Amino acid sequence: MSLLALKNKKITRRSKEDRVFDIINVFLTAMILILVVYPLYFIVIASFSDPNMIYEGKVWLLPKEITFEGYERIFRDSKIWLGYKNSIIYTVVGTFVNVAFTLMAAYALSRKDLYGRNVFMFLFLMTMFFSGGLIPTYLVVKNLGLLNTMWALILPKAVAVWNVIVAKTYFETSIPNELLEAAKMDGCSDAKFFAKIVLPLSKPIVAVMVLFYAVGHWNSYFDALIYLNNENLYPLQLILRNILIQNQASTMMISDLDSLAAKQRVSELIKYGVIIVASVPLLIVYPFVQKYFVKGVMIGGIKG
Amino acid sequence: MELAKKANSVIDSHAKVKRGLKIKKIFSNYQLYLFLLPALIYFIVFHYLPMYGILIAFKDFVATKGIMGSPWVGFKHFGRFFESFQFWTLIKNTLGLSVVQLIVGFPLPIFLALMLNQIRSEKYKRFVQTVVYAPHFISVVVLAGMIFVFFSNNGLINNIILLFGGDPISFMAKPEWFKPLYIASGVWQETGWAAIIYLAALAGVSPELHEAAVMDGANKWQRIFHVDIPAIMPTAVILLILSVGGIMNIGFEKAYLLQTPMNQPSAEIIPTYVYKMGLQQAQYSFAAAVGLFNAVINLILLIAVNKFAKKLSGTGLW
Repeated sequence: MSLLALKNKKITRRSKEDRVFDIINVFLTAMILILVVYPLYFIVIASFSDPNMIYEGKVWLLPKEITFEGYERIFRDSKIWLGYKNSIIYTVVGTFVNVAFTLMAAYALSRKDLYGRNVFMFLFLMTMFFSGGLIPTYLVVKNLGLLNTMWALILPKAVAVWNVIVAKTYFETSIPNELLEAAKMDGCSDAKFFAKIVLPLSKPIVAVMVLFYAVGHWNSYFDALIYLNNENLYPLQLILRNILIQNQASTMMISDLDSLAAKQRVSELIKYGVIIVASVPLLIVYPFVQKYFVKGVMIGGIKG
Repeated sequence: MELAKKANSVIDSHAKVKRGLKIKKIFSNYQLYLFLLPALIYFIVFHYLPMYGILIAFKDFVATKGIMGSPWVGFKHFGRFFESFQFWTLIKNTLGLSVVQLIVGFPLPIFLALMLNQIRSEKYKRFVQTVVYAPHFISVVVLAGMIFVFFSNNGLINNIILLFGGDPISFMAKPEWFKPLYIASGVWQETGWAAIIYLAALAGVSPELHEAAVMDGANKWQRIFHVDIPAIMPTAVILLILSVGGIMNIGFEKAYLLQTPMNQPSAEIIPTYVYKMGLQQAQYSFAAAVGLFNAVINLILLIAVNKFAKKLSGTGLW
């Protein structure tokens, strides 16, 4: 009896300690939430607040003196739309090449009966740890005549080793060997088996690959910076860079304004707006596809 | 004698059959090799060909003569780099930035994962996860743009400083602010995402371990130390090796975007220097030499750290 009482006491004491822990934990994670969300939220409200209000530090939680001037000027600008179009093309074509090359290679490497698979794997993995570097790679792209073409943004990044490992791991663990043997019995070729059986069974990994690569293409600016100098080919991120970092393109958008102060104010407004405009596609898709990204990281992590 | 001969011929024919089987195996799998072909060509053209192109670091590369036709100059470009007045600044900036980034950025995802793992409400946990992963998907251009608008002279941060009665700071013009901004923005963007892998490791911990610990009277704090942390140790070691090995591989993209004419003294790092020397000034050979120097140091670091970690904890990359 007394033993039971003692035990009960112990449990209540322990849960009190744990309760304090839980309260602190919820408080800390809430702080982290605010730290992550507030900058993003501020960009949103700043993008349609009067820039004077931002300058004077009056915008904190709600937009003040709402104006859509920033967005109007952004939408009137043809360069942004051209950049949007270019980015969509590069993302779609690039992702298609990426996913096709990656999945085919990953499947071949996942097959234990592929003679020499360790050699190929080694060749691929080596590139993760040592590379020729920027200049020799640039010279290869140049010598292939890819400068100032969309292929300069697609071919040099056609396969990411990490994604090959992720997809290979997935195939190895989720496609049972018996399936292959049964299909072979029925005279099914490797290509047919891959297209008709492996791919339909691997929808999650296809989704992971599409998302990883597509986000990479949509967000990249560096390849465009070094390989393109024809403005009509610029992807959105490069145009964004000119507006956000170099204050360049925005001078076009505000050429009708007279005073320097007005120009500066509106160009700030444009910066906030342009951040939103560029991030909208990802913001819309993100909540729905988040689980696939996480899955991709986890498959990679098991192996890693 | 007779027997040995017989045995030999049996072994011989066996080897022949084996070789025949091997060739047959390759032939019957020819479609798999075709699958591999595009990726193989890609790696040869865009990774191994540039490795061959590194030769220009030891030559005075002239585009019209090609890599083979250009004259050898040995270690001339390396010597020029080592003696240049920027050499030690570049090393200091590059190493300083990545070492601090590692020290600050490496433990934070572990803390976050441990915290998230202890949240009792599934809904709240999932909400926090969704939010903290999100910044990972913001492009580096947008991130740099956010830094510029927030830290401008009339930006959000200076408004907060004013609110508390401080004096505004022109962050983007001060060399000493480059590193904190670079690292803090990296923490903001990547900590949540980096926690995923630890969360996966924590999800793999058998609930029985926790139940047993509870039976023994362990509170949450003790369970974190004695159950959770040992469980994620192998993952942490691997990730640590990878990040130490990549210490000179600090990203070019963000550093380049955050550079202003005023913060250059601390913002110039080896990768941005290679870009400027090589592609803006077309000193291909010199820039390739600087890049090679960087890559070799990286490789040495990676091998050394891997060896060290293997000795210490038994886990390594290879």
